[in-house]
Amino acid sequence: MNAHGIVHKYPDNVDTDVIIPARYLNTPNAQELARHCMEDIDADFTTRVKPGDIMVAGWNFGCGSSREHAPLAIKTAGVSCVIAKTFARIFYRNAINIGLPILECEAASDAIAAGDEVSVDFDTGVITNLTKNETYQAEPFPSFIQEIISKGGLMNSLKG
Amino acid sequence: MGMTMTQKILAAHAGLDQVKAGQLIRAKLDEVLGNDITTPVAINEFNKAGFTSVFDRTRVNIVLDHFVPNKDIKSAQQSKQCREFANKYDILNFFDVGQMGIEHALLPEQGIVTAGDCIIGADSHTCTYGAVGAFSTGVGSTDLAAGIATGECWFKVPSAIRFVLKGQLRPNVSGKDVILSIIGQIGVDGALYKSMEFTGPGVASLTMDDRLCICNMAIEAGAKNGIFPVDEITTEYLTGRSQREWTVYAADEDAEYEQTIEIDLSALVPTVSYPHLPENTHPASEGKDIAIDQVVIGSCTNGRLSDMEAAYNILKGKHIAKGVRGIIIPATMAIYKECIRRGWTEAFIDAGCIVSTPTCGPCLGGYMGILAEGERCVSTTNRNFVGRMGHVESEVYLASPATAAASALTGHITDPTTL
Repeated sequence: MNAHGIVHKYPDNVDTDVIIPARYLNTPNAQELARHCMEDIDADFTTRVKPGDIMVAGWNFGCGSSREHAPLAIKTAGVSCVIAKTFARIFYRNAINIGLPILECEAASDAIAAGDEVSVDFDTGVITNLTKNETYQAEPFPSFIQEIISKGGLMNSLKG
Repeated sequence: MGMTMTQKILAAHAGLDQVKAGQLIRAKLDEVLGNDITTPVAINEFNKAGFTSVFDRTRVNIVLDHFVPNKDIKSAQQSKQCREFANKYDILNFFDVGQMGIEHALLPEQGIVTAGDCIIGADSHTCTYGAVGAFSTGVGSTDLAAGIATGECWFKVPSAIRFVLKGQLRPNVSGKDVILSIIGQIGVDGALYKSMEFTGPGVASLTMDDRLCICNMAIEAGAKNGIFPVDEITTEYLTGRSQREWTVYAADEDAEYEQTIEIDLSALVPTVSYPHLPENTHPASEGKDIAIDQVVIGSCTNGRLSDMEAAYNILKGKHIAKGVRGIIIPATMAIYKECIRRGWTEAFIDAGCIVSTPTCGPCLGGYMGILAEGERCVSTTNRNFVGRMGHVESEVYLASPATAAASALTGHITDPTTL
């Protein structure tokens, strides 16, 4: 499993209220949510983002509310992977449960800039910056998480 | 090696004698919880996966509290979907308009959550129930769906930070000032993935409402859960209230903690978190130059009876400043009714405030108290992120009910101990 795309860069402590503001939580519809993804901190994100693009952020990405609408909006907007120094724990669970790949990597977060072209190998955890010709090593998913993702999310994995 | 209080509860619910930090376990759940925003997503997942039964109709809790009474057609559709699911599966603890309260005030009040429980809720402030000695944590809707279907959830056993509380709070300093001070000290990711275990001689001086408030905002330090030991105050609170027998777990004396932080309660002052992170704390006494447009007193953090009392003691017989809008929201119908019975509601109205039936509304910028561009609000809620309560150029200052009420009277951020 791999990801490959152009980077959208964000700071520390990106919270779920700016990923998808609560005023749009009156629907569970993923397409509607995706249309408002990041709009309070990056107003034209939804017009710039291309399928496969990658988000790179600092510490504690996804802090705040438990809304699963947040990773769902990011995934549905076309983002193939989020790389951050750390993730808030509920966002981490939610991302895996809905099948949005995420990786923790401090070096990648420091070195990668907005607009860089990046590819990710989820099996090895190797992140390649094609623009800067650098690689960074992230911890690949532990096996039980790989299993959840390979079965298409938590609910599918429960069906056996 | 000994276990923390959280680890002991998790071990018992996983059927294991021993667990250690970092271990992955599957634990049995005593209660699962969803609200009108997170439950519809869970229902869709539940149905997609083909489940046709819930693990225990008496252990599934659905509380309509974020957008009720419904603010628009879409939120009405979401409530309707929850209602139909609750009816279909004969969910015992389904709380609709008229019975509902803000979930994290309601479930402890009704005795649905109790000491020794293992609980998940699709709401980040589910960590509140650590106040009664439960392991309780927020999850997303898919975890909720799996929990509703199977009554189980996987966890990574957390390590812990121990907070040793000493001394006693001064008048007009409350649980909110304790937790804001701690978040100011350790940061919004200071307890990321970890338990916050509160111990020490100062615990005995904290009321149950203080403890509920402190555990409620553990998530604002990134924590998996916050938890208090079960003592006489807990037992008194649970007696005649808890719907089930409870189990007392205590940390082992040789439990391992990543860090121990001492907090002198008597040294704490009324504290305010400035925009746009809860860790951005300042003494309320430094806020004299910050003029405000609105005050909100309520939420799962501070909508309990003692919070209403703190506001009443400051607002009674007075009037809030010209140009300030005062919004007071008792968190449950029982608290709402008690405010009426005690004459507090009339005093709030006479002071120039409005008093709403329970709702999360303004806390998350849902409805009822949305801020316009450039407006400032002192709020007893739990988050002050960009755009949290309305316009991206508006500002939320987090504070205790006493500080919020004092600020409403003066029109600027005010230390309630100086009134």
